[in-house]
Amino acid sequence: MRDARLAGGLRLGLRLGLRLGLGLCVGLWATLAAALEVENRKVYPGTTDRTLSIVSTADLEVFEPYIQRFQQSHPELTVDYTVASSVELYRAIRDGAAFDLAISSAMDLQLKLANDGLAQSHRSDRTDALPDWARWRDLIFAFTAEPAVVVMSSRALDGAPPPATRQELITLLRDNPERFRNAIGTYDVRDSGLGYLFATQEARSTDAYWRLSEIMGRLSPELYCCSGQMVDAVISGRLSLAYNVLGSYAAQRMAQEDRRDIEIVQMQDFANLMLRTAIIPATATQTTAAGALIDMLLELGLRETPGDWPLPPLSQGTSDFGPIRLGPALMVYLDPFNRRAFLAEWENALVQDIVIEP
Amino acid sequence: MIARLSIGHRLTVLLAGVAALLSLLSWWMVSELARQAAARSQDNVLAASATTIAETIRSEQGEVRLELPYSALSMLGAISEDRVFYKVVAGERVLTGYDDLPVPTDAATGARVAFETGQYSGEAIRMASVRRTVLAGAGPVPVVVTVAQTLSGVDAVSGQLSRLAAALSLAFFLVAVGLSVFAARASLRPLNAFAQAVSRRGPSDLRPLRRDAPPELAPLRGALNRLMDRLGQSIRRSEDFIAEAAHRVRTPLATVRAQAEIALRSAESEESRQRLRRIIRAVDESSRSAGQLLDHATVAYRAEDLARDRIDLGELVAQAAAALEPTATMKDIAFHIATSQARVVGDAVLLESALGNVLDNAVKYSPDETTVHIAVSAEEGVARITVTDEGPGLGEGPIETLTERFRRGGNTEGVVGSGLGLTIAADVLAAHGGRLDLRNAAEGGGACVTLVLPAD
Repeated sequence: MRDARLAGGLRLGLRLGLRLGLGLCVGLWATLAAALEVENRKVYPGTTDRTLSIVSTADLEVFEPYIQRFQQSHPELTVDYTVASSVELYRAIRDGAAFDLAISSAMDLQLKLANDGLAQSHRSDRTDALPDWARWRDLIFAFTAEPAVVVMSSRALDGAPPPATRQELITLLRDNPERFRNAIGTYDVRDSGLGYLFATQEARSTDAYWRLSEIMGRLSPELYCCSGQMVDAVISGRLSLAYNVLGSYAAQRMAQEDRRDIEIVQMQDFANLMLRTAIIPATATQTTAAGALIDMLLELGLRETPGDWPLPPLSQGTSDFGPIRLGPALMVYLDPFNRRAFLAEWENALVQDIVIEP
Repeated sequence: MIARLSIGHRLTVLLAGVAALLSLLSWWMVSELARQAAARSQDNVLAASATTIAETIRSEQGEVRLELPYSALSMLGAISEDRVFYKVVAGERVLTGYDDLPVPTDAATGARVAFETGQYSGEAIRMASVRRTVLAGAGPVPVVVTVAQTLSGVDAVSGQLSRLAAALSLAFFLVAVGLSVFAARASLRPLNAFAQAVSRRGPSDLRPLRRDAPPELAPLRGALNRLMDRLGQSIRRSEDFIAEAAHRVRTPLATVRAQAEIALRSAESEESRQRLRRIIRAVDESSRSAGQLLDHATVAYRAEDLARDRIDLGELVAQAAAALEPTATMKDIAFHIATSQARVVGDAVLLESALGNVLDNAVKYSPDETTVHIAVSAEEGVARITVTDEGPGLGEGPIETLTERFRRGGNTEGVVGSGLGLTIAADVLAAHGGRLDLRNAAEGGGACVTLVLPAD
């Protein structure tokens, strides 16, 4: 799950742009490519040329089942699926890139787009069925609720029970620095939209965050762009602990690898619950099709049992701490002053001798 | 058109109209108040938000710094799902926020908190600006914090309250209409009662109305009483006139008759005698008519102030029969009288006149050598005098009309009459609270006239 990737992007877009530049439709694609750093892109042809273009932070393999299901009921639509980081996605929609649907895990950026009039409203029976906390102004709709978790290898715990609170985690790190030095991974909030959202919300909700960051900073943490890479690093044994990983993704990977020596821990004192949201950008042309896809995602989001779908349903949103609230307050940390101040503090705490990976 | 509308309807419509006006007014007022209250609470939150931001403004190494507090925007998100915009300007420089967001015109000069409604990003917005001066670098720098929000929340709240007010106003209006109908009926009740009191009166009852009436009806009552008084006087005058006229006609007629009889006795030729007999018959009829006119006037006069004598109907019948005996004998008509005990309270003169007229009619229309049956009976508080003759009956026409003045039956050719006899009888009986029943006798024709009176 690559939620944000500014530094480590594959710059596929540029390559694609060069390749297509030899073709006939140079102009449009070139400008689009210039506006957007594409990580991945796939076209799922339908029976007609009518194309629903989606830009999303969810990886192809994660989102493909949804597209296939959508095309079963709308076989005439060609779906053009583009993967980008949440920051890139935000910038592209802001600059007026033509997409029919934007799906992102960075709730704050999505909300800012909606607030600033860059989203179109959509209303249907499905959106009416959504709980209030899962939508805002008929502009932005949540269809998954994904908790932030801590992933640890049992080896690092050395038989002790996994920490249930940040205080216990702090104690664990403080008491066993040798086990965790250079073996902690967390988001580089300077690049990752989702990482920044998690960090700001956590800093707002619990004062243990800064103490924990301080401790982690002393142990020379490795900073990542994305949850996926962090989980992979724990699986490969490179990391002992990955902090603030998307739980859904971690659970899926653990199930794939069948690794019982890795613990997925949800903090009991506070846990972020992120809502993956969709908006129909103001530039969208296939609004009906986009609305239909949103309705399908909401139908799946409102399902009772997790089932085989890669992304969890909204029903987790009703858990202990509730989801991060969709509302203008999310824009607070996007303000340049706040961002600068927060990043300064964060760097003070975490980047004591810096190692950025990869 | 409106003049012909019933007063009840007019009152109802007017009151309902007033209620409709008041309902509309109250709906408008409540809506307006709700809108203002919603707008004011939005203003308060906007001002609080801007103030919270303004309070974080400080000077750091000659630079204006600030921190957007989480609560500043979350309080706006808590009241509605409105879009939120903000902007902080220090001097001429936009520090942060939406560069092109408008700012209330008097933000820099007027009160510490300024509000304005404007347009931004395609929607109407409400702005609140808070001004603060910070000492930065060389001197004081005025900083204006503007927070703005779209109006859909306010519109939704005031719309909702407005709909509620509309429903309440409608309910109020319906209740008011119900009450208007009730009020109109209640205030018309004295008028209806008054009208009923007037219409319940007998046809010749011209006594003044003594009934209590609301002050508004007093002029009407006075006018009615004066009218009835004048009418009564005028009727009395004409009755007097008729009586006087009849009286004056009768006396010379008696002289004419006497002279004619003398002339008849001394007349030599049969032709002269025939003529004189015709004269005498005509004079008799005229005298009879004059007598009836006099009777009628007497009835009309006395009915107003009825004497209350105790009368034995048997005696009454006997007297009346005796009075007509000579006329009956001339036609060989016999009276057959069957009496039983029956007493009434009434005016003897009038009752005698009534019975006399009925008997006179019976004799007049009976063929020679027949019998007139007179029966007196009393049962269940009702006394009856039934007079049955063997004449041609009451004819084919409508029987009830025979008691109208100067109305004669359809089979009276060849018989002289004024058409007043039954009228007099009917009037007398009506004045006594009784009535005159007219019908044809069951077998072999003949009229059957019954005088019905309440028994003593």
